Amino acid sequence: MRLSILDSGHAFGPKVMFAMIRLFSGQRVVDAVKLVMYRPDFYGDPMKRLTHEAMRGPSAWSVGDRELMAAYVSKVNGTEFCIKAHSAVAGRAYQDGARVSATLADLDTAPIGEPLRATLRMLGKLAREHTVDAGDMRAVLAAGASRAQIEDALAVGLAFNVTDRLADAFRFAVPGPKAFDAGAKFLLARGYR
Amino acid sequence: MGNITEARKAVVTRILEGEGQASQEQRKAAFDNAGLPEPLRTLIERVAKHANQVTDQDVAAVEAAGLSEDQIFEIVVCGAVGEAVRQHERALAALEAAARSG
Repeated sequence: MRLSILDSGHAFGPKVMFAMIRLFSGQRVVDAVKLVMYRPDFYGDPMKRLTHEAMRGPSAWSVGDRELMAAYVSKVNGTEFCIKAHSAVAGRAYQDGARVSATLADLDTAPIGEPLRATLRMLGKLAREHTVDAGDMRAVLAAGASRAQIEDALAVGLAFNVTDRLADAFRFAVPGPKAFDAGAKFLLARGYR
Repeated sequence: MGNITEARKAVVTRILEGEGQASQEQRKAAFDNAGLPEPLRTLIERVAKHANQVTDQDVAAVEAAGLSEDQIFEIVVCGAVGEAVRQHERALAALEAAARSG
């Protein structure tokens, strides 16, 4: 973590919580949690509400689909922490880790439905080129995604275009697979609130 | 969608208009990625355009210019949220245009 305040400058309450998590899970608290728990009224609390709404709010997309979108946007942004974290959640939500790795490896041949494939392609272009046009959106609609589904996907993109930038700017440490597996269980059970 | 619009507005209002250790002018300039002096300009340009290329030196230069870690935290958050919000707005406008053209 690049700023020492984000690593160890938390108030007493969060510090106790971090110690408890370490005691009961055997895992150090990951930097994503440390970020949202630092002066949470400034960023963490309002951003957690946005992320929870995007990832767990009502939507025609499944939780697995939205976690796959988070992993895919993170891949395009080149953010290792978030790729691994959300691949783990998507794999667990789908009970199919191979589908997640196949999608990240080659979107064109991935074993996923056409509406999701077209939506991921559009989210990838938005993250890579910072914009999309009406033609890109018509392609997603033509693939069978509804307007509401595209809006829901864009909410996932919004959340992870923020989170990826902060993970990279603050240089989140990338832990081993056990930490991501524990994180995935937590995020599926509790969401992002 | 309505809930996301409200949640986005809550994030933006808090980071730009609420209490902070960086000035509101600095936070707004970072959000817009416009009008920042060096070395902040370089740091926030990277946060907005290719955050995985931010370096320790980018952050150290801003600290050396006299900003505290809390100010850097706030300004980087504003830079990240600003770019993500602009992308979101462009995409929603493209969707609106596509829906209108049928």
